[in-house]
Amino acid sequence: MTEQDIKHKQDTWQLAGNEYSSRLIVGTGKYKDFEETAAAVAASGAEIVTVAVRRVNVSDPNQPMLVDYLDPKDITYLPNTAGCFTANDAVRTLRLAREAGGWDLVKLEVLGDQKTLYPNMLETFSATETLIAEGFKVMVYCSDDPIAAQKLEDMGCVAIMPLGAPIGSGLGIQNPVQIRLMIEQAHVPVLVDAGVGTASDAAVAMELGCDGVLMNTAIADAKKPVMMAEAMKLAVESGRLAYLAGRMPKKKYADPSSPLSGLI
Amino acid sequence: MSLLIKVNGDERTIERSLSVWDFLETLKLNPRKVAVERNLEIVSKSTFHETLIEDGDQLEIVHFIGGG
Repeated sequence: MTEQDIKHKQDTWQLAGNEYSSRLIVGTGKYKDFEETAAAVAASGAEIVTVAVRRVNVSDPNQPMLVDYLDPKDITYLPNTAGCFTANDAVRTLRLAREAGGWDLVKLEVLGDQKTLYPNMLETFSATETLIAEGFKVMVYCSDDPIAAQKLEDMGCVAIMPLGAPIGSGLGIQNPVQIRLMIEQAHVPVLVDAGVGTASDAAVAMELGCDGVLMNTAIADAKKPVMMAEAMKLAVESGRLAYLAGRMPKKKYADPSSPLSGLI
Repeated sequence: MSLLIKVNGDERTIERSLSVWDFLETLKLNPRKVAVERNLEIVSKSTFHETLIEDGDQLEIVHFIGGG
């Protein structure tokens, strides 16, 4: 192995004091069953999965549980606040999540409305303040606003997670300029959270210099989710390598690849 | 004396005061896999045995499910 190969193998990232190799975080929603969820997570190579907190079905306690298929001892559970539209609901949900699992690392998302699922930043700031005061390590879903991101980092968030496009839209990275600005200024990991539709979108996010990508629907809603999970794994690795390799400059005109000297 | 409580939004009657742990067992739920909120306050898992359910309590029992 060359020195560069060794560097690639050691290209890990730090999140809240822990080291991770995989830069792909996957959601566990929308799959046809838990078997498919587990297979897709395995194919993605993800070391962190997002999970939701919901009421237990009291009338049917024998329903299968996620923890029986994805062991929290093997994989980091990242509880989210999906579906919360106020800071209060988000904080309440994460307090329960911490008690259920015993983990401080959480994903905060406070949504603005049903149509866009765009983050409500006022409520997000409010929830962030409470959660950090209570000792949570907050990965925060946020708008692609570098000023808001800086504020969230200053407050103590452990990762900044702007959307690349609306949640579940699969539109790809719509805002590379803002994402790039957020990456340049941040001293904590920046991950694109939401908007990826296919492998090339994940690669674009990584080529911008993101520390990672978080996705759910792009894998779960693919015709073959397990195959797409592997595609995403390769795309994230590929995009990361391209970022580290440093792309060639864009030019306006052609530049021949073969030497001109010695032409017959 | 039976108690009227609310569990995950639904009313339910229990025959006598139970600890949170015993109540979860009557529901056939594994106390290790759930979290409980009682009247908007978290019930710490370490206190499931000693926390007694009282008349009028509102309980939320949650667990992890798939989500993005």
